[in-house]
Amino acid sequence: MHEHDVIVVGAGGAGLRAAVAANEEGADVALVSKLHPVRSHTGAAEGGINAVLRDGDSFESHAEDTMKGSDYLGDAPAIETLCHQSPKETVQLEHWGMAFSRDDDGRMSQRPFGGLSFPRTTYAGAETGHHLLHTMYEQVVKRGITVYDEWYVSRLAVTDHAEPEDRECHGVVAYDVQTGEVDAFKARNGVILATGGPGQVYDHTTNAVANTGDGPAMAYRAGVPLEDMEFIQFHPTTLPSTGVLITEGVRGEGGILYNAEGERFMFEGGYAKNVGELASRDVVARAELTEINAGRGFEDDYVHLDMRHLGEERITDRLENIIHLSEDFEGVNPLEDPMRVKPGQHYAMGGIEVSENGETCINGLYAAGECACVSVHGSNRLGGNALPELIVFGARAGRHAAGKEMETAEIETGPSASIGSGDVDTPVSPGAIDTSEDGVAADGGRAGDDPATDGGAVVGMDETVERALDEEQARIEHLLEKDDGVQHADIRSKLQESMTENVNVFRNEEGLKQALRDIREAREAYQDVYVNDPSRTFNTDLQHTIETRNLIDLAEAITLSALARTEFRGAHWREEHQDRDDENWIKHTMLAWNEGSPDLYYAPVILDGEDKSYEPKERHY
Amino acid sequence: MSTQLQRSEQETDESPQEQRLERKSLTEGEREAQRTEEESTGDETPRAHLKVFRYDPEVEAKREPRFDDFHVPAPQGTTVLDALMYARDEFDSTLTFRHSCRQAVCGSDALFINGSQRLGCQTQIQDLDQRPVRVEPLPHQEVEKDLVVDMEHFYDQMEAVEPYFQGETPDEEEQLQSRENREKVKMSTRCIWCGACQSSCNIAAGDNEYLGPAAINKAYRFAMDEREDDDIKQHRMNILEQEHGVWRCQTQFSCTEVCPKDIPLTEHIQEMKREAVKDNLKFW
Repeated sequence: MHEHDVIVVGAGGAGLRAAVAANEEGADVALVSKLHPVRSHTGAAEGGINAVLRDGDSFESHAEDTMKGSDYLGDAPAIETLCHQSPKETVQLEHWGMAFSRDDDGRMSQRPFGGLSFPRTTYAGAETGHHLLHTMYEQVVKRGITVYDEWYVSRLAVTDHAEPEDRECHGVVAYDVQTGEVDAFKARNGVILATGGPGQVYDHTTNAVANTGDGPAMAYRAGVPLEDMEFIQFHPTTLPSTGVLITEGVRGEGGILYNAEGERFMFEGGYAKNVGELASRDVVARAELTEINAGRGFEDDYVHLDMRHLGEERITDRLENIIHLSEDFEGVNPLEDPMRVKPGQHYAMGGIEVSENGETCINGLYAAGECACVSVHGSNRLGGNALPELIVFGARAGRHAAGKEMETAEIETGPSASIGSGDVDTPVSPGAIDTSEDGVAADGGRAGDDPATDGGAVVGMDETVERALDEEQARIEHLLEKDDGVQHADIRSKLQESMTENVNVFRNEEGLKQALRDIREAREAYQDVYVNDPSRTFNTDLQHTIETRNLIDLAEAITLSALARTEFRGAHWREEHQDRDDENWIKHTMLAWNEGSPDLYYAPVILDGEDKSYEPKERHY
Repeated sequence: MSTQLQRSEQETDESPQEQRLERKSLTEGEREAQRTEEESTGDETPRAHLKVFRYDPEVEAKREPRFDDFHVPAPQGTTVLDALMYARDEFDSTLTFRHSCRQAVCGSDALFINGSQRLGCQTQIQDLDQRPVRVEPLPHQEVEKDLVVDMEHFYDQMEAVEPYFQGETPDEEEQLQSRENREKVKMSTRCIWCGACQSSCNIAAGDNEYLGPAAINKAYRFAMDEREDDDIKQHRMNILEQEHGVWRCQTQFSCTEVCPKDIPLTEHIQEMKREAVKDNLKFW
């Protein structure tokens, strides 16, 4: 058994920042990650960090852009915190040596990005995330922070109190991928989840294979609600063959989108008459698919993104990485030909419900980064707002978990913040399937994994951690000992295909219901899942099997939330509901695990900030 | 757990773990047959023939290293990583390799492909001349299982050069850095820690303590950054000038040849040697 003050799960941008912040507060902190930290997906971020650093720009302007981009579903206290603290955090990265691009006067360069009224996206070439990730890891090395790399966290140790708001998180259970050893990590102060996005729910995604939403799925089953899961961002410019990301920086620098008829459709098609290619991501993604569906795409699949007119010098200076990506992964040299692009899954605006201090409704459990929903992005994230979110809220969660006195959060969390319950007509009953007689689910966990189902007995720290360890060992033994059945890859690929087909940029009731049927099928198939690889050494078969369970739970949360929201807002487009409905829908969708049968309820959106109140307006770009 | 299984456990002296390994290896023959069958009933899609290194110290059938053959669909654009994932997901879920981002930035999937260190995700099968495509773990590293090697030593070498910025920093304002200086360190900052260079280096293979190209490049990245002061640079040079530092490099350029991010590693090492000479001249 390992023991530390603070356990950070996941070592991307948010996790590393949280660990450094906790360390600075004097806590004994450990990072536990299924990858080595420099392999984390933050490294793939390209565009930049939005931060107010120049005369002529203002926090208010950044906040207004963000609230408008969110389609008025962001919470003002979170957005204002982001905008106020991002400059300090960005300069902090510079002080830690991050290799930002520079202007002639030696200052950090900034460029325009979609939905921003000032060019405030601070960047390092077209590989900002790579530099951020490595800079943060360097700080972790410098401070000698303990890192358990290639340890896969697969269970939270949470007490059995009946109400989630009374529960406490005392640690996690993980297994050493290299040896198969299962062990517990006790957290004296708190556990911070920073496990990244759930992009692997989809098959066409910019996300890494490791992005399986482990944190949100574990938190959900432990009793923390998932917030606004229906809002999935589809990035307008991904390579059609692989989903590799082509940064919004290309459009920021002046790249132009053309359809197969040679029209600059963002202007000529009337999608964004004022700013064209620099409209927010949801607008551009829909415009591209509308063109493709109307037969004006190339090979019915993609459009062109042309940056040749920017000139080789400027492209090489600011976007060099894009030349390599387009050449290596699509065989197109963007200095000679336009790049092929289409929308692809990119980012989850929703996630684990947290306050501005990173707290969940379970005491001692925190979350930060893409796995969390604070919510700064509402229904549509602006490009360049994810990296500041990582460092701002990663640091806050780290400090709070380390015991620093923080101002009481304005965003309330947990079921008691409910402003009304929701209902949704589903074709099948969703949730966990319990076919066993003894209450042990087929994958070796307890049916439903709900801590409260064991009779409310386990409330002590050691007891809680020990029970979680026993249960995880039992689950893993069960998966390894089962001799035959279904393999995770079969379940996963069908799930990904259905989500991409049915819960994509354009959504309708029929498709969403089909997805729920497919998810149910995946859940049933999972009852019979088994791990073919018997080895304890680097058993990726086992790891992917456990991840697949997480993908099923998250796919269901996304789809149920999408079915319930009968309006058109931000990234959530509904065929049957073509208007934004402010009267009924300025509220967060919350989904709570109720022994495997999700409870749907709503929580308020906070439009009143410290600086000002934000009045919902029509979005024009 | 079925009662049948429990009974069979009682009847033998083997531990449950051993029995499990045996049971699962029995099905290996069946899987082999299934693999062959699926291979022969292919459609018109071009297929690639992969010869993949296999080894697992824990499973009897794999204790002796061998190569397995996989025939996978390989339409234009298929990478070696795509082919490995297909082979794993469709034919043999025990096939083990590291991978994550699929876009040449996480550095997980450096492999020895047709006798050269490359990233699996960045290597298009159609660009490879030699068939079948041979996929092996990185040489000169201890193999843990199949294509997975132990990276701990590589990480230790990276950390030995104190790979973090050590400048004095003002309180609030950003520090200035000239475009020229940023340009100078730019290539060195692109390292993704994949380990391809270290694996390709003859010297590193023979001298376990040699810092190696990746770590020296990391030191270069900071030593050449104008934001760090001279005394820190001196400290960095002291690390690089030690017995197993820059002087071990014999300028064979193999690291530069295999670097998937095109970092001029040999040049950076040479530059650090020149700095070291300048450094020592002061005392002569």
